[in-house]
Order: sequence, then structure tokens, then C-alpha cells
Amino acid sequence: MSTAPLSHAYLILFKRDLLLAFRKRAEIINPLLFFVLVTALFPLGIGADPALLRAVGPGIIWVAALLAALLSLETIFRSDFEDGSLEQLLLSPHPLSVLMLAKVSAHWVITGLPLLLVAPLLGLLLDLGADANATLLLTLALGTPVLSLIGTIGVALTVGLRRGGMILSLLVLPLYVPVLIFASSAVSTAGAGLSISAHLSLLIALLALALSLSPAATAAALRISLS
Amino acid sequence: MWRFFHQMGSPRYFYHLAGRLVPWLGVACLVFLLYGLYDGLVLAPTDYQQGDSYRIMFIHVPAAWMSLFIYMVMAGAGAIGLIWHMKLAEIIAVSCAPIGASFTFLALVTGSIWGKPMWGTWWVWDARLTSELILLFLYLGVMALHNAVEDKRTAARATSILAIVGVVNIPIIHYSVEWWNTLHQGPTVTKFDAPSIDIDMLIPLLVMAVAFKLFFVMVLLMRARCEVLQRERNTQWVRELVEAS
Repeated sequence: MSTAPLSHAYLILFKRDLLLAFRKRAEIINPLLFFVLVTALFPLGIGADPALLRAVGPGIIWVAALLAALLSLETIFRSDFEDGSLEQLLLSPHPLSVLMLAKVSAHWVITGLPLLLVAPLLGLLLDLGADANATLLLTLALGTPVLSLIGTIGVALTVGLRRGGMILSLLVLPLYVPVLIFASSAVSTAGAGLSISAHLSLLIALLALALSLSPAATAAALRISLS
Repeated sequence: MWRFFHQMGSPRYFYHLAGRLVPWLGVACLVFLLYGLYDGLVLAPTDYQQGDSYRIMFIHVPAAWMSLFIYMVMAGAGAIGLIWHMKLAEIIAVSCAPIGASFTFLALVTGSIWGKPMWGTWWVWDARLTSELILLFLYLGVMALHNAVEDKRTAARATSILAIVGVVNIPIIHYSVEWWNTLHQGPTVTKFDAPSIDIDMLIPLLVMAVAFKLFFVMVLLMRARCEVLQRERNTQWVRELVEAS
């Protein structure tokens, strides 16, 4: 049996997931709405003092982005699990980790990239400066793929479970801590006018590590959950 | 040597061996614990700065050491179980989680009690406290996943993966939190050239650490025996065991 080259398989899966998502646009919109809504709740809860908002803004936006990423995670395998195509992926002759990478990257384009588009708007709402806003975009661009990559391991572990959502947050949120720390402190540092190259280097390091290790862990976890 | 590994692969052999070991471990643990407590609480000199309240260290520090050590054991056993499909390693990995969570909780509580007279507050968002808290969440995640999966074998393998992912992340989390904020006193024992801790305080501390290790092994074996019985409940030897008792 002849098999298609690996890059071809990656692209096919990537395009298929994008196509499926664009046929159900609500799945793209919902995490975005959640992101905006959660961020908008904070000024209502803690008061509208601009100085206060500027101080806590980076943290708020990042926590909201983290929760939005967490909520959107579950959709990555659900429909594939329900219609059985996930099992077909497991049977494919291609390495499962590469296929997982295709699914994660498609999922990030669908759920992570839109966060980047609305984040500057939220930065304006919380009175972040131009520098902080630019850094916010940069950290989201580097950080949200890490969230997707790590989170997918958790989804793969909980895919067959009935009460998976609650457990997923318990598994994944502690692992999100480094991203949250470096990203939000980069935004605060940029707002104070200092250099953020150290933060960005660390975020890039996290991204490189997650990119190289987590697809393999996801593949192993998926094989266990579906065995 | 190989015979030993082969025998350890048999749950029945392990069950009986562990059953014979547990009382001995219990006695040894008790001896070390009593000596360590007496030495630490009565004989060790009073600290010139912290007075007598530093003595909670003899519980707090070994518990904090154990919290990390047990996670390593859990991930190591999990990796062995995943790679060589050893049932026993899976059982050990699964049995580690609740014990590790208890030690982590103990370290947090004693640290909080120690922090009140020293720092004037029960809790500070200090680097080590925070990473210990996150470690507790990691343990709770492992336990939650294990409880959620119905099939015992799948559950053990899934938790092993999670433990290994956690082990890769623990240093990252630790250093990220360290960068973020630090108030905790620096390590005083692991500076090998000249430990900045008095030898009269170091000895009870190490004795307590040994006692905690023995306690961990004892409880681990007890939990693993229960797990073996549960998994093997349909086999002949467990049935004979139950009928005999």
C-alpha cells in the first residue's frame, strides 16, 4: 500500500479541521465572546479607576485569555471522537504525533488567533498604553500556542470521560502557570517602559519546548484513552 | 537479579513480600521518628533569631522534601510502567499520589503555622509557597484523573502520562514562580561546602527525613497491597486468601 508523504497528510488534516470549523462559525465566535465578557466583568467588580485598571489589566486580560483557551480546548477532539474519525487517525500509517500537531495548529488558528484580534481592543478598554498593547499582542502570539499544545495533552487524557470538562481544568491549569507569569509580567514591564527581551526569550523557549514535546505526549495519551 | 524482577512482576509474590516488610518498616520508622522528635524538640539548641518556633522545621522541611521526592517516584514508576508494561510499577505510581498530596498539604500547613510568628502572616505569595501549592494541585489533578477513569489499567496508564508531563513542568513552574516573587529563606542544607545550619539541628532534621522516607515506603506498600487485591480480585489466589481469613 502506498502512503501519501507526511507533509501532505499534515496539510490535509489541517485543512479539514479549518473547513469543519468554518462550517460551524459559532465555535469560533463563542470563545471570543467569553474572552471579551470576562474582561469586561473585572472593571465592574473592582471599580473603574484608570490607574488601578492599568495596574491589573495585563493580568486580567491574560487570565481571561487562559480561561477562553481552556474552554475552547474541549472541542478539539469531541466531534472526531463521537463520529469515530479519531480512531481512524490512530490507525493511520503516519506518526500520530505529527497528526496531533496538525490538529493543534488548526485548533490554534480557529480559537487562538481570533483572541489576538480582539485583545488590543480590550487593552484600550483597560487603559493599557501603546507599548503595553503591542507587547500584549506579542505575548498572546507566543503564549496561546503553548496553551493549546499543553492543553491538548489534557484533552487527550480526558477524551472518553463523561465529566471530562471539570477534570480537564484541574489537569491543565497548574501547567499554564509559567505562561501566565511570563506573559503578564512582560506586558506590565512594557507598560513601565522597561526591556522585555528576557520575558520574550523565555516565552519562546516555552513555545519551542511545548512544540517539540507535547505532540508526542498527546499521541501517547490518546492511544491510552482510546485503547 | 533477573529472577528478582521476574518475581516482582507477579502480584501474588509482591503481595506476600510487602506484607512481610510492612511491620519491619513500621518499627524502624517509629524508632527514627521518636529519636528525631526527641532530638529535635528537646535536645537541639534554641535558634538565636527564631526562638523555639523554628522547631516546626523538623516536620516542615522533611515533608517538603517528601512532596517533591514522591512526585519523582510517581513519575519514575509511571515511566517504567508505560515502557515495560509492568503492572507493579503502575500500581506503585497510582499509590503514590494520595501520599504525596498529604505530604504536600502537611508542608503547606506547617509552613503556614511557621510563617505566622516569623513573617506575621499565615500566607504570603512567596515563590516556594506558591510552587508547593501548585504541586498540590498537580497531585490533586492526578488523583482526579485516576478516579474519573473507570478501567483500572487505563486509569493507571493515563495518570502515568500526566505524572511525566508534570515532572517536565515542575522545574519550569518552580523557576518561573521563583522569578516572580521571593521571600522564603534560602536553602540552608544543600550548600554542601558549608551548610549554614548547626550540626545539632542538622542531625535531627536528617533523622526525621529518614523517618518520613520509611513512613512513605510503608504506606506505599500498604496501599499497593490493597490495589493488588482489588485488581486481582477475580484470581484464584485472592479467592483462597479471602476464604482462608
